[in-house]
Amino acid sequence: MRSSTGIKRFAGLLMGGAIALLSMGAQSESAVTQGSRAATMDACVAPTAEMRRNHMDYLKHDRVQSVREGVRDTKNSLVGCVDCHASKDDSGNYKSIVAEGEFCQSCHSYVAVQPACFQCHRKTPQQGHAALGMNQDAAEPALGLLPGISRSDLSELHANVMEH
Amino acid sequence: MSQKNDQPNMKRREFLGKTIAAASVATIAPGVMLTVARAGSDEGASGATRWGMLINTAKCANGCSACVDACDKENGIDLLTKPEGQSDEMWNAQRPQWIRKVTLRDKQTGVVSNLPMMCQHCEKPPCVDVCPTTASFKRADGIVMVDRHLCIGCRYCMMACPYKARSFIHSDIAEQVVQAPRGKGCVESCNLCANRIDGGAATTACQDACAAQGHHAILFGDIKDPNSAISKALKTFESKQIRADLELNTGVRYTNV
Ligand code: HEC
Ligand code: HEC
Ligand code: HEC
Repeated sequence: MRSSTGIKRFAGLLMGGAIALLSMGAQSESAVTQGSRAATMDACVAPTAEMRRNHMDYLKHDRVQSVREGVRDTKNSLVGCVDCHASKDDSGNYKSIVAEGEFCQSCHSYVAVQPACFQCHRKTPQQGHAALGMNQDAAEPALGLLPGISRSDLSELHANVMEH
Repeated sequence: MSQKNDQPNMKRREFLGKTIAAASVATIAPGVMLTVARAGSDEGASGATRWGMLINTAKCANGCSACVDACDKENGIDLLTKPEGQSDEMWNAQRPQWIRKVTLRDKQTGVVSNLPMMCQHCEKPPCVDVCPTTASFKRADGIVMVDRHLCIGCRYCMMACPYKARSFIHSDIAEQVVQAPRGKGCVESCNLCANRIDGGAATTACQDACAAQGHHAILFGDIKDPNSAISKALKTFESKQIRADLELNTGVRYTNV
């Protein structure tokens, strides 16, 4: 008798838990942070379940492609993740993507992984700088270094080098 | 960085990834498509190209450091500052430098000439030969660089390089520029502005800066393309490789040295 109620209770608990989880899912319990570009969008670069499970492999694959093969229009660019997933604070400044509670950190602290990527990689989107020159508008002046000089000015400048 | 080698059947996963990639293009919001399509960078580095540089030493001005400053800015090199308590001497010996100005004086005539010195992008790079992890590598288009995801900081490549072109990062770096991630414990060097070039640019940061100063000492381009400005210049003017005796077939050449 006793043990049977025990089992029933346990089953009840499980059911309750499952329902709670399901309803959380229905309210789209998501790691996506408020105030990030991602929060205004429907989808990641791959289906959400895929991203949750495989983002580390995608990143590694694209890392090899970009760095060793020079293929730059990769879907899983790390700069891209930061651009889309970083959120802003109240004063409109970007927060570090690995700060407490921020996108890459929140899950990772839960599963206790500490990828070292952001020792080197920039933790916030760089304003005025498109990701690896990829989502640059062709009309935009291209050079942060020499403001006020357009690409055509530059090609003229460089034309002089021909008389080397 | 850990390798994920505990995963069975990676091939299948890669295949899955690709199918999903194909399927998901349509579902991504319209704005996102823009970030994916950029001509020139989807094929990657090609062996039909060899990037190189021709430096006209006669045009390299005494006292000018425009190329060095531009490189520092482009690659965030100036974001690393002298660690507290370090002597100037130590700092100057150890600070990262991808490009530096070298002054030569002919002992007999007293003639002084200047030149920028950086990774010479050898066809047979000694740094690649000695690297135990394949971090030091040559891209298909001839750019020699460090894959810092694989670099263990052993510095063999620094010892092997005849041009003293490589630097080691000794301390943490708080701030980064997006196009040049860098951090403590890795070796780095000039990569001919690889990600600018991959993004479709035709010039390097140092070349732009030199041209903006009116000196035009640096010419970057594809030395395998017979119609490129650099190929034409190489054909017209006598140029030299530094330490040609080592037979490394450098991608960076100098005139008037
Ligand atoms: C264009 C914007 C964009 C980019 C770029 C992007 N994401 Fe996302 N990501 C999203 C959106 C939007 C969602 C939420 C999808 C949803 O609601 O199901 C998301 C969800 C995720 C999730 C699941 C979060 C959860 O709630 O469990 C992970 C993990 C993730 N992204 C990782 C990445 C990584 C890693 C990269 C870089 C390779 C990346 N994302 C690039 C927009 C983006
Ligand atoms: C020691 C410094 C360093 C560390 C640590 C590091 N990277 Fe990188 N990473 C680089 C450099 C340098 C590049 C080349 C940048 C370029 O050419 O655009 C790069 C490029 C990349 C790229 C291609 C460019 C992009 O934004 O998509 C990816 C992807 C990438 N790294 C992923 C990672 C991941 C994931 C980690 C952590 C597991 C990591 N990196 C850790 C230095 C580092
Ligand atoms: C939905 C939760 C979640 C989010 C959000 C998330 N990750 Fe992860 N990440 C994980 C899990 C789970 C692992 C795998 C842990 C394991 O394999 O043991 C992981 C592992 C990784 C690894 C491999 C670490 C290793 O040591 O093997 C990298 C790299 C990584 N994540 C990068 C990122 C980046 C970059 C972001 C932010 C753009 C991000 N992740 C956001 C859950 C997440």
